[in-house]
Amino acid sequence: MEKRSDYVLWFEECDMNSIPLVGGKNASLGELLKAQIPVPPGFAITTKAYTLFLEQGNIRKDIFKILGGIKANDMNSGEAASKTIRALIESTPMNDDLQDYIGEFYRRLSKRCNVPAVPAAIRSSATAEDLPGASFAGQQDTFLWVRGVDGILKHVKKCWSSLFTSRAIYYRTKMGFPHEQVEISVGVQKMANAWTAGVMFTLNPATGDRSTIAIDANWGFGESVVSGECTPDNFIINKITDEVIKKTVSYKTILYTRDPENHCVIKQNVPAERANIQCVVDKDAIELAIIGKRIEKHYGKPMDIEWAIDKDTPGQAKIMILQSRPETVWSSKKVEPVMQARSSALEHICAGLIAGKKVN
Amino acid sequence: MADKSFPNPHEVEAIPGTEGWERMYPYHYFFTTKDKEREEYENNMFWFNDALHYPEPMYPFDIIWDEAWFLSLSQFNTRIFMIPPVYGVDHRIINGNVYITPVPVTDPEEVQKRAPLFMERAGYYFENWDKLIEQWEKKMRGIISDLETLEIPTLPAMEDISVVKNGLGTSSGYELIKNYDKLIDLGIRCWQYHFEFLNLGYASYVIFVDFCTKAFPDIPLQKITQMVAGIDVILYRPDEELKKLAKLAVEFNLDSQIGNDTKDIKDVIASLQSSENGKKWISAWDEAKNPWFNISTGTGWYHQDISWNDNLNIPMSSIRIYIEKLKGGHSIDRPVDAVKKERKRLIAEYRGLLKTDEDLKTFDQLHGTAELVFPYVENHMFYVEHWFHSVFWNKMREVAAIMTDHKFLKGQEDIWYMSRSEIKEALWDIVTAWATGTKGYGPLHWPEEVAWRKGVYKIFKEHRPSPAYGTPPEVIAEPFTVVLWGVTNESMAAWAKLKEIGDPDKVNEIEGFAGSPGVVEGIARVCRSVEDIGQLKEGEILVAPTTSPSWAPVFQKIKGVITDVGGIMCHAAIVCREYGMPAVVGTGQATAIIKSGMKIKLNGDTGRVYIER
Repeated sequence: MEKRSDYVLWFEECDMNSIPLVGGKNASLGELLKAQIPVPPGFAITTKAYTLFLEQGNIRKDIFKILGGIKANDMNSGEAASKTIRALIESTPMNDDLQDYIGEFYRRLSKRCNVPAVPAAIRSSATAEDLPGASFAGQQDTFLWVRGVDGILKHVKKCWSSLFTSRAIYYRTKMGFPHEQVEISVGVQKMANAWTAGVMFTLNPATGDRSTIAIDANWGFGESVVSGECTPDNFIINKITDEVIKKTVSYKTILYTRDPENHCVIKQNVPAERANIQCVVDKDAIELAIIGKRIEKHYGKPMDIEWAIDKDTPGQAKIMILQSRPETVWSSKKVEPVMQARSSALEHICAGLIAGKKVN
Repeated sequence: MADKSFPNPHEVEAIPGTEGWERMYPYHYFFTTKDKEREEYENNMFWFNDALHYPEPMYPFDIIWDEAWFLSLSQFNTRIFMIPPVYGVDHRIINGNVYITPVPVTDPEEVQKRAPLFMERAGYYFENWDKLIEQWEKKMRGIISDLETLEIPTLPAMEDISVVKNGLGTSSGYELIKNYDKLIDLGIRCWQYHFEFLNLGYASYVIFVDFCTKAFPDIPLQKITQMVAGIDVILYRPDEELKKLAKLAVEFNLDSQIGNDTKDIKDVIASLQSSENGKKWISAWDEAKNPWFNISTGTGWYHQDISWNDNLNIPMSSIRIYIEKLKGGHSIDRPVDAVKKERKRLIAEYRGLLKTDEDLKTFDQLHGTAELVFPYVENHMFYVEHWFHSVFWNKMREVAAIMTDHKFLKGQEDIWYMSRSEIKEALWDIVTAWATGTKGYGPLHWPEEVAWRKGVYKIFKEHRPSPAYGTPPEVIAEPFTVVLWGVTNESMAAWAKLKEIGDPDKVNEIEGFAGSPGVVEGIARVCRSVEDIGQLKEGEILVAPTTSPSWAPVFQKIKGVITDVGGIMCHAAIVCREYGMPAVVGTGQATAIIKSGMKIKLNGDTGRVYIER
């Protein structure tokens, strides 16, 4: 019998070396913890667990047979295959060992958080995902506010099956990525009870400027920012001096929050009195940026980070980093000199004068 | 395209009661429709009000400095350094206010032809910068010394016997004319030197700014300036002298003799004479006066900008502020080490973010040159606008005294309502009448004319000038225009917006440049000139047309600054960055919109000012 650590690992036990086992996203969380970055606690369900599930359920063969039957250029056949595969995965029972490993870790997680049946986020962490230059990000589903062992187990399977959404299938086919090679790990992480949340880039995504940090923020969970459903507040912070150099407070229309009754995520209109209010105070934005700098320094490259400020301690903000991955757009651009090199400052001055300064 | 809605300069009408105002200024300063070609040229240019130098309308005499830099800046661009794409800066006057426009070289072939000439000429200056700067300082000290020793002779009833015995062959009348000419010549010459390095200095700074903003599109201009700004700048020296004197006073326990602001400087000196330490202090004070108290209380551009030496109560009052701070246990020293360290860190951090070897090389080249030229950019003002001008205005007052004696003027301060060439003519009137033993014509003409001009000037002063006329350009190459006046798309758009709003009582938000970071809320105090600074209370936000080094002690009292004019390099921005105090500069019309006592919020990060109404 294999060890526990083949199937479930605390985030603290993950690092970049464990990518094949826990995927990029979970490995990142481990790395963040190692760099003393505040991350909600949780654990990874490894790719081996997924493989074990396929084998013990005896469904691997069936899946690849269905995939093989997809006709190229036929969207409908892809759609149908996806449906069949996902139903197959979700209806196949998980074996007892796996159930025990996951259940035990979930209970221990709840204990760590001092919450019975702690609400958790279940996220996929594919091994091919989040690698610079191959943004598979967002291809797989994320499930929020899942509570109880049964709920966890159910959604872990949903997460596994989301490896086979028609979009993901189509994407891998287009990128020439063999379906057989894609493995999936799942992260189970304490939900951040976000008062405010959003996205942070350790460069300015609009200009590629690496001397700045850009933060988008909205009330509630970060979903409204990630999905682009709401125009967030935007902060541009000078990375070198930790000053807010530009701030746009937007009229924020909707937010995501938790339904206190059934713990599911609901979309709400932002209460009128908060719509025009800056949702992160400057001080917290700066603190966030400083954490962003540490994350960037840890990885040695520009990063794309999801964050939240905990609801339980408003005013005395508790910043949590939910996800972080390498920035892909500017990082994959060919690096060109800012200005054509010249033999002397005078040559530059002359050329600069001739070019003039555009007023527009 | 930039906002094109600035009015046609030819359609501006004289303000009622000022008709005929043109004769107060040189004849070539006016917009005209007399000639199609000139009219078209004037229509196609973008004329903006040089409120940086002239927050008030021009006095007929004070326009001497405008003429001086009209010539000097332009000649260095056009004829000496052959700046490839730009000639000089053209000038006009509307209703007493100066409007300027950079003149581009429009023929691309001409630009190409000028490029190698520029390389050779500017190259020589850059290669020999330090040596030439040293020579410049000698030249400046030379003409200042000539100015200080220049005699404005009064006209005696009978010449001294020495004129006969030395076989002199000339009279005091001749000397008066000659020395007036020399006085004017020294002024013009001083302004020739003023631009000897400045055009190149600004060009080097502009290219460094250009590189930094391309490499770091979000970099605040203030950070770029911080990377090149000098630290031991001469302009800080007068203020440093006051701090030294304050420390000495505390050390010697002289504060009871120094007293408070109700005690005149004469009485202070008399009290200090009574003790040994007091005498020691006085000698330190006297030593500081020359040259360091030749610091203007304004920009130095106007005759009314008196210097500390002209009113010793001003530096004494600042010393009292410092003494009080010292006794309260506060440090009054500039945080020089912190500034140095921060500057070094900024350079290293920004440099460290560059991605290619080419960029590192370019950064080093451009930063090196910008750093080389910057001390001059900052220091020249002390020599020219402060030291030279302060002495110059007083020499002119000696001329005015003679004219007043001969009843050409009703009072000395009337002389500023005459142009320098009119004064020369009037002096001829005086000396010929003196020589012939008759009465001059002047008393029949000048007192009446000056009275009329005063009336016109008063009306001018009550009207705020339009920020600009004509057509905004798409590209500006002239380095001064770019840096000094902060004419960019944003500032022009902001000016246009203000103009549209029209009613200053309805404006709730003003935009300017983020001069120094930080956010502060407080009560506004509008000071139109340094004379108003006495009204400032601890913790207020200063709103001023512009500030100068003589405002320095004020920065100990206030918690933020807003100016009408000035870019990121203006005095207010530089000083606020040092004090870590927020500033918004170059707002266009803050002094017109904000009233003393209003509650305002200024954001030095974004360059915005909010008014609570």
